[in-house]
Amino acid sequence: MMPSLSFTYWSALVVAGALALYFGGRQIGNASGIARLRDMSVTGALGYSLLVVTLYQGASLYFGPGATFFKWAVHGVIGFGITGYLFQQLGRHVGTRATKKLFRSMPVTAALGILLILTYAIVAIFADFIAPYGQAEIFKDANLLPGGDPGMGGSPDHLLGTDQIGRDILSRLIYGAQNTVGIAFVTTLLAFFIGISLGFLAATIGGALDQVLSRIVDMLMSIPQLIFALLLMTIATAWFGSEKGMVTLFMILIIAVLDSTRVFRLSRAVGMNIVVMDFFEAAKLRGEKLSYLIFSEIAPNAFAPLLAEFGLRFCFVFLTIASLSFLGIGIQPPLADWGTMVRDLSQFIAYAPFPVVGPLTASLPLMAAGAIALLTVAVNFVVDWMLHRASGLKE
Amino acid sequence: MNNVAMIIGKRLGLGVLTMFMVSIIIFLAVNMLPGDFAQALLGQSATPEAVAAIRKDLGLDKPIHTRYFDWLIGVMQFDFGTSFAKANFSSYGGTAAAANFGTVADQIAPRFANTLFLAAVTAAIAVPLSLLIGVLAALYRYSIFDRIANISTLTSISSPEFFVAYVLILLLAVLNPVFPSLSNIHDGMDFTQKLQKTMLPALTLTLVVTAHMMRMTRAAIINLLASPYIEMARLKGLSPFRIIVFHALPNALAPIINVIALNLAYLITGVVVVEVVFVYPGVGQLFVDSVKIRDIPVVQACCLVFAAAYISLNLLADVMSILSNPRLRLPK
Repeated sequence: MMPSLSFTYWSALVVAGALALYFGGRQIGNASGIARLRDMSVTGALGYSLLVVTLYQGASLYFGPGATFFKWAVHGVIGFGITGYLFQQLGRHVGTRATKKLFRSMPVTAALGILLILTYAIVAIFADFIAPYGQAEIFKDANLLPGGDPGMGGSPDHLLGTDQIGRDILSRLIYGAQNTVGIAFVTTLLAFFIGISLGFLAATIGGALDQVLSRIVDMLMSIPQLIFALLLMTIATAWFGSEKGMVTLFMILIIAVLDSTRVFRLSRAVGMNIVVMDFFEAAKLRGEKLSYLIFSEIAPNAFAPLLAEFGLRFCFVFLTIASLSFLGIGIQPPLADWGTMVRDLSQFIAYAPFPVVGPLTASLPLMAAGAIALLTVAVNFVVDWMLHRASGLKE
Repeated sequence: MNNVAMIIGKRLGLGVLTMFMVSIIIFLAVNMLPGDFAQALLGQSATPEAVAAIRKDLGLDKPIHTRYFDWLIGVMQFDFGTSFAKANFSSYGGTAAAANFGTVADQIAPRFANTLFLAAVTAAIAVPLSLLIGVLAALYRYSIFDRIANISTLTSISSPEFFVAYVLILLLAVLNPVFPSLSNIHDGMDFTQKLQKTMLPALTLTLVVTAHMMRMTRAAIINLLASPYIEMARLKGLSPFRIIVFHALPNALAPIINVIALNLAYLITGVVVVEVVFVYPGVGQLFVDSVKIRDIPVVQACCLVFAAAYISLNLLADVMSILSNPRLRLPK
């Protein structure tokens, strides 16, 4: 049975398998007393049947000829799964008592997320030492294909080839970690600084200040963020059109301010809950200064929910910056950045059907886009686990 | 009943007020630009007389609040002004003869219809799909299906739209040519042709939006499963499918409708990147192109159109959740 057989045939097989499992399971379950088989619903049987057929199809595609991308995807998923598991086991057996305990309550996805975030951080910080060439260095051979094989239009000096104007793609991918992730991180920090200080201020002082700030935030939040950012970026480019550095700086400010509205909402709500507590009242009656109240009374107690929010906001900021850069209005050249790289390299996708070098060439834009996706997925895995732990959801 | 009407009326009033404030923000933001419209139109080498003629003609010599209300009244009548790129000011070479204006409304109207078409196709796929997967995930919660659904939706929520878009192009346009990777639809096409060309952008948006809607559907249903009346239904011996579809789902509908409306609002912004990837002739692409060439009137109008759509969908979400709350709808 080949996977090329028609869709109808396979659907019929799925339904037949499900029915066989349902009725057969009843008979066997009644006879042997296995409740799981006896009480299986039709939809459940359909699910198992579908799972088996999908696994068979996947396996025959994997072991068959061609389908390079499918094989890579399978290797990727299995590889990440194993890496995450190994890291989780490592964390459970090595380290202090506290970290061991932490790793014991952690699912594989969260362990993988932490490992990936650490890797990104290391690559971003040591990009100057890891990258073989500079990010703006231009070589005389432009458009070298990846693979490093001179017979296939590549060069052993440039493992992933060079781009349209002859810059080493591998180096630019590595520097992208520094620029894209670094800029997103700085922007999120700035957004948190603005949002938290105003939010706690509004919670502590209240009254007219709270009303004014809250109404301004409501208004800013009623315009879709990416749209508003694009409008403000138009103005920024009109002011500093020729100075690329200023445009990047302005983008950081714009996104930080737009994103601080969400942080403001949360930190104000968290602050409001703390302000009504007795220990805060006592500190106020002692005659403590406003800065003491905010930094020593509210901040330590608001740390946990704000940390999870930091992860989520970082993802949003990172994706917004990547989208802006992809649209050509974000981080400006010559800084290497993943969003811009995806746009510049996107036409290579059409090379996919070519033999030998095709798949690797076609995956160049996907590497840059995948680098963005992988980091946000990693952060989301960790945040998902933190929120789950904080909410105390068990079952 | 009076009570509900009052709450909704208040909410609608607030929506109109928000829209008004947003229009002020957009107008002021554009007026922060250096130089003015007339100078920008004619360039640096224009004679002062020509600049003055256009300023007078476009009403730029009036004070800012008059200009704002003129603009607002124009917008109410779908007159968004004149596009820089499409304006033909050759007749202004000194004499103020009749000029051939390319209006912004002429540019936006057909593209807005295209964007609505894309959003409609996406919603038609995404809403039933996410409801189905959400109900199934709630039914088989903590099973292998639920875990796979959880991980894959978390992945697709976190991926940037262009990553999903290029993976789909690679799989469905380059390796297996099922759908075209260029979605250059135009008026001459019939419905099926249009649908085929719109499929890839719609699928991209579906993947991004479905994940969120599915997770919320699952959460809303699971939230309800702990309540006593579900316990009762379970004790009566009803099947899990019946409990979820006939007992839990109707009560979970309020948050689900809310999430659907919010996600449609999200579609409005997600559409920008996707339209650029697939060269889809919608408002999003026009917006990005105008931002690049600094065609201010078009940017202003697109911004307003997006904001209006976003605000009204949010408003719709609020009104629907008020209406679907039996405690508000049927006061004692």
